[in-house]
Amino acid sequence: MTPAQFDGLMPVVIFMGLAVLLFVGGHFLSVLLAPKKPSHLKSTPYECGEEPVGSAWSAFNIRFYVVGLIFIIFDVESVLMFPVASIFREMNDMGHGGYALIILLSFISVLIEGIAYCWKKGDLDWVKSYQVSAKNNK
Amino acid sequence: MNQTLVSYLSQYEFYDVLLAVFGKNEGLLAFTIYLLAALAIVGLCATIGGLGTYAERKISADLQQRMGPNRVGPYGLLQFLADGVKMMTKEDIMPFTADKFLFYLAPMLALIGVFATLAVLPWSSGFMMADLNVGVFYLIAISSLVGVSVFLGGYASNSKWSMLGGMRGASQIISYEIPVTISILAITLLSGGMSFGTILSHQQGTPVNWFIFHNPFAFVAFFVYAIGALAETNRAPFDLPEAESELVSGYHTEYTGMRFGFFALAEYIEVFVVCGVGAALFLGGGNLPFNLDIDIIPLQFAQVVIFMTKALLLYYVVIWVRWTLPRLRVDQLMSICWKYLTPIAIVNLMGCAIWLVVFNGKSMADLIFGSH
Repeated sequence: MTPAQFDGLMPVVIFMGLAVLLFVGGHFLSVLLAPKKPSHLKSTPYECGEEPVGSAWSAFNIRFYVVGLIFIIFDVESVLMFPVASIFREMNDMGHGGYALIILLSFISVLIEGIAYCWKKGDLDWVKSYQVSAKNNK
Repeated sequence: MNQTLVSYLSQYEFYDVLLAVFGKNEGLLAFTIYLLAALAIVGLCATIGGLGTYAERKISADLQQRMGPNRVGPYGLLQFLADGVKMMTKEDIMPFTADKFLFYLAPMLALIGVFATLAVLPWSSGFMMADLNVGVFYLIAISSLVGVSVFLGGYASNSKWSMLGGMRGASQIISYEIPVTISILAITLLSGGMSFGTILSHQQGTPVNWFIFHNPFAFVAFFVYAIGALAETNRAPFDLPEAESELVSGYHTEYTGMRFGFFALAEYIEVFVVCGVGAALFLGGGNLPFNLDIDIIPLQFAQVVIFMTKALLLYYVVIWVRWTLPRLRVDQLMSICWKYLTPIAIVNLMGCAIWLVVFNGKSMADLIFGSH
């Protein structure tokens, strides 16, 4: 048994536990100290002092939903690139730097192509339709 | 030599004495040491977060030629304690339309996400809590929890302002994660490892060995990281999710009392974490500017002080930026991320890779001064 075997995730779990403890403890204190005078009006959602109209959980125009898709692609890409990046220096020291570089660059260039396509299509703009109609009017 | 706290302490004699006290139970001893250190770090960071709110107001007052808080304690230093007490004694209001479980869960997720990142911060070469071999990767992954909590907080409130704020927060945080991640990838490339121990061991010595000065691309990558990190922590000029002039208070409109306090605490600690990570990745972290062969505990504390100084200087810059620049518009925010920062970050990554191959891993300082 060596002390090094405890180097892993134990501190991480401890920190997460402390966060939960702090949250629960803070709530407990607040329950003890805070006044409790509930009323219906007080617990209506804030809508500039007016009676709230309808629920906020309704159909919602998410701009940039394509950006959300691009995000997933880039996120997966970074997951795939981290192992390559962490052995890149080692490969270079062994004399295979050029080989690793070509692989890395060809991988990135596919992504650049993707983002360039989205950019050209106008998916990175706030209002895509404006651009399209402006082009048609010319 | 980079070690976590327990394996660092185990080279001293008093570790064996402690081990005897704990009845040869190494697991229990390691747990106790980590727990005490974690309590110290949480206390320290909560104080930094609290003093952060004080510093924020004092610096903003300074920039606007006002006095700032000066009533509670000397120079108003105890203002954050007074604020904490005030938050605890405020009534806890939850909208009756809200999703109760998610409403409770959101601030807790923010706290968990931020506290879990504290575990991998490299305070010094011997005082790391966890030197995971996937250090920066873990950091990026776990800090996304804060983004989830922002969106959940906005969604669960069932208020239109919160919903808009949460939507903005989600799209902003996921977008800015890309340039930040790619900048960190460039540093991983230069150091040849994802753990903070490896990254710091490549930056030992004088400031010319810091990764920010390794090559011109890394220099630019630092600023990409800094801008992206500002946006990820929802700090002005990127504080769109909580823009008070448009969205009342954004995703925490419906949060009162302690739960609002947890959101604020998590945000201020996250800013410190982001500054600390920036200091460790690009500015040499806690490395001493000279190389001593002896390794004693006071030197470790000196490293902690150096690390904290760099992180807090960056913290000052963050506050300075907030009170200097006006807030962006939401479409400008997205176009800055996707049309400027992301392409620049990709070019930096390719530049770093090409630099490594062409100059065989040498930094600018090596090329100029001809060392190694």
